[in-house]
Amino acid sequence: MCGIIGFIDRTKSRMDGSSIKAALSLMNERGSGDGAGYAAYGIYPEYADYYALHVFFDNLAEPKKKVDELLQQWGEIVHQEEIPTTPQPGIRKVHTPWRYFFKPSGDLMAGRMDSEKDVVTYIVMEVNANVKGATIFSSGKNMGVFKASGWPEDVANFYRIENYKGYIWLAHNRYPTNSPGWWGGAHPFNLLNWSVVHNGEITSYGTNQRYVEGYGYKCTLFTDTEVVAYLFDLLGRQHELPHEMVVRALAPPFWDDIDRMPEKEAELNKAVRLTYGSALMNGPFAIVVGTDDGIVGFTDRIKLRPLVVGENGSKLYISSEEAAIRVLDPEVKNIYTPRAGEPIIGRFIE
Amino acid sequence: MTLGSVPPKFKVTIDRDECMDCGRCIENCSYGVYRREGDRILIESRKCTACLRCVSMCPRDAITLTEKPVDYRSHPLWTREAREDIINQARSGKIILSGMGNARDLPVIYDRLLLDACQVTNPSIDPLREPMELRTYIGKKPSKLKFRKTESGDVELDTKLAPNLKLDTPIMIGHMSFGAISLNSQLSMAKAVAETGTFMGTGEGGLHKELYPYQDHMIVQVASGRFGVNIDYLERGAAIEIKIGQGAKPGIGGHLPGEKVNEEVSKTRMIPLGSDAISPAPHHDIYSIEDLVQLIRSLKEATEWKKPVFVKIAAVHNVAPIAAGIARSSADAVVIDGFRGGTGAAPKVFRDHVGIPIEAAIASVDQKLRDQGVRNEISIIASGGIRSSADLAKSIALGADAVYVGTAALVALGCRVCGNCYRNLCPWGIATQRPDLVSRLDPEAGAAQVSNLIHGWTLELSELMGAAGINSIESLRGNRDRLRGYMLDEGMLKILDVLPAGA
Repeated sequence: MCGIIGFIDRTKSRMDGSSIKAALSLMNERGSGDGAGYAAYGIYPEYADYYALHVFFDNLAEPKKKVDELLQQWGEIVHQEEIPTTPQPGIRKVHTPWRYFFKPSGDLMAGRMDSEKDVVTYIVMEVNANVKGATIFSSGKNMGVFKASGWPEDVANFYRIENYKGYIWLAHNRYPTNSPGWWGGAHPFNLLNWSVVHNGEITSYGTNQRYVEGYGYKCTLFTDTEVVAYLFDLLGRQHELPHEMVVRALAPPFWDDIDRMPEKEAELNKAVRLTYGSALMNGPFAIVVGTDDGIVGFTDRIKLRPLVVGENGSKLYISSEEAAIRVLDPEVKNIYTPRAGEPIIGRFIE
Repeated sequence: MTLGSVPPKFKVTIDRDECMDCGRCIENCSYGVYRREGDRILIESRKCTACLRCVSMCPRDAITLTEKPVDYRSHPLWTREAREDIINQARSGKIILSGMGNARDLPVIYDRLLLDACQVTNPSIDPLREPMELRTYIGKKPSKLKFRKTESGDVELDTKLAPNLKLDTPIMIGHMSFGAISLNSQLSMAKAVAETGTFMGTGEGGLHKELYPYQDHMIVQVASGRFGVNIDYLERGAAIEIKIGQGAKPGIGGHLPGEKVNEEVSKTRMIPLGSDAISPAPHHDIYSIEDLVQLIRSLKEATEWKKPVFVKIAAVHNVAPIAAGIARSSADAVVIDGFRGGTGAAPKVFRDHVGIPIEAAIASVDQKLRDQGVRNEISIIASGGIRSSADLAKSIALGADAVYVGTAALVALGCRVCGNCYRNLCPWGIATQRPDLVSRLDPEAGAAQVSNLIHGWTLELSELMGAAGINSIESLRGNRDRLRGYMLDEGMLKILDVLPAGA
């Protein structure tokens, strides 16, 4: 099951988190109280030039010391604090959520295409794989993920989600069936400014995981969705594919359809399948991805999970349920269900 | 003679009440088990190879063939086979030859790997109602694609693809040469691969002109003997394969006995009539990876870079780094042949003791290529003991792009794996050049049988994938998550990178 929502205001007008909380809670039938989470873009304008690293610490002694040391080794901690939370009866606090605003030293990975981002990626992989008691669950600029084990409204209240204002919101209500219900396993999954919410299961996980691990990503969060964030980072950032082409790689047209395309288009699609066959995602899924320049939603190739799109002026909504969109925006226009594999892309208006 | 003879392995009996004395057993047995004396058919069980031709052809089901119980004192170490090999070598002083694949009773890893199926949260896919994509492209792939935006804002592809073979199903037929097997066998298989949208290998025997109509489905082989290799041969193939080694006999060359070199074989191989066709152990122009690179590039240059070039090696202890070297050598695919691979003739000691299982080889090669960041740029073809669609599915989940089958295709033609391929007496008309025996195999009927087998496995693979919630072969490839090991030791699970059952 699982319920997902994505929202973007293409003019970058910001919305607070209260209505997202209400919309996500509407889909509590789709969850089991084992995990919920929110990602919001545009929430740290005062630190917009720094990477906001959100970390779960099991305790603030040993693991935090190691993370501090690693960050100081690779750059400068501009500011750090505990993420403000309000205790909730429905949430047992098992980690201390912490945030750093971090300036990586790109010189330390000189010669890389995008050395600052490579430093941050390295730190995320290193901490998550090798620092016991610490998990970096959010690492983008001017954005942040807030997630925990619990029902959507409890998680929202715990993180005081209504206090954040963002122009992109992603939210997820979890019903885990193939991995433990722990804080790190809740959605959204994030790396740099890629955040993913997902309803479904990825049967190609083993293939996708081996593919991204070949490029230095380490899947450590015990959940198939994690790999989607890394696939977007690999294809979207490192290989510089346009978002449409990333979706084309992850949920490509069937060969029968490719065979019927005009020659040039068929050649392009064939090239995508041949080159990115290991990135192709199988199984039932509906996914919304947050990026630097907008959101992307799509489903698996035979649409085994629901996805609904709504628009209202500069606002675009993508969700598992129309009712959730209507809670977010009772005035929503143009509600429709996209075709299987069809990318729904909401970009900022320049 | 001080050593005497060894006891027969099989006991053949005829139910005399059922027998109608038609003599078909005599006609069919090329090994000379049966003969007529007066009004009686006599049996010489000692000559029997258990090819089962007589049993299949007896119109009254009157013939019974059993494995004869051991006549030696039983002993766990000094088995019948161990003693008989010694006796035979003491008598002959020669290498013991054998045909077909490894005949030792070793655990089969495939049988200890279990596939997954979806339940509840993740719907299984019904291949009868939903698309199921088994199409596979074998050849070089770019590591990433480049696009450019046109003035109108469209995205256009900026990367040019290298030539690839398009397979409708990831099952190919491996290289069995004309000479080792009959033309009718090759014709049967050629018709079958053309019909099922896949490919077969020519082996190192040249390409007989009767196979020209199927040349778009043939992979021509260049082995150390270079038999039949000229520019016409290279240009006719859909792809070219350089054979360095073979699973049944890693580290040694090939030997086609002169009695199998009849006029057609001699013309096709471009060697004198009746001469032994001996392939050297090494290629005499390849003593390093640089030499291999040169040959690959020469073959590509000769065929105007229009054909993929594969390199076949036997699965040996150090197979992963060797394959990684090949991956960086301009080769388009690496073929790994496991220690259960078949052969027309090999020294028994090689067949049974040299090499490693294909399952471990695929897993370690796939991993090494990933570690070196080149896995996506080259295809892996696995072969050597693949018996069923389950073995096929497991091979792909371990990391192969496609498989070659050899023995399975021969069994589809009638072969009963009697292991006497090197004697030119194959009663099924498969591993022989004797015209009377070859004529027993009807290429049309044979093609239907092989094509049925490929169809059957393809359907089963679709069902297995559908059950696992996978509708595209790309998502099964290297998907170790879909496998679990059962009764495999920790070391092997680690090599295979597979979790134990229950985990």
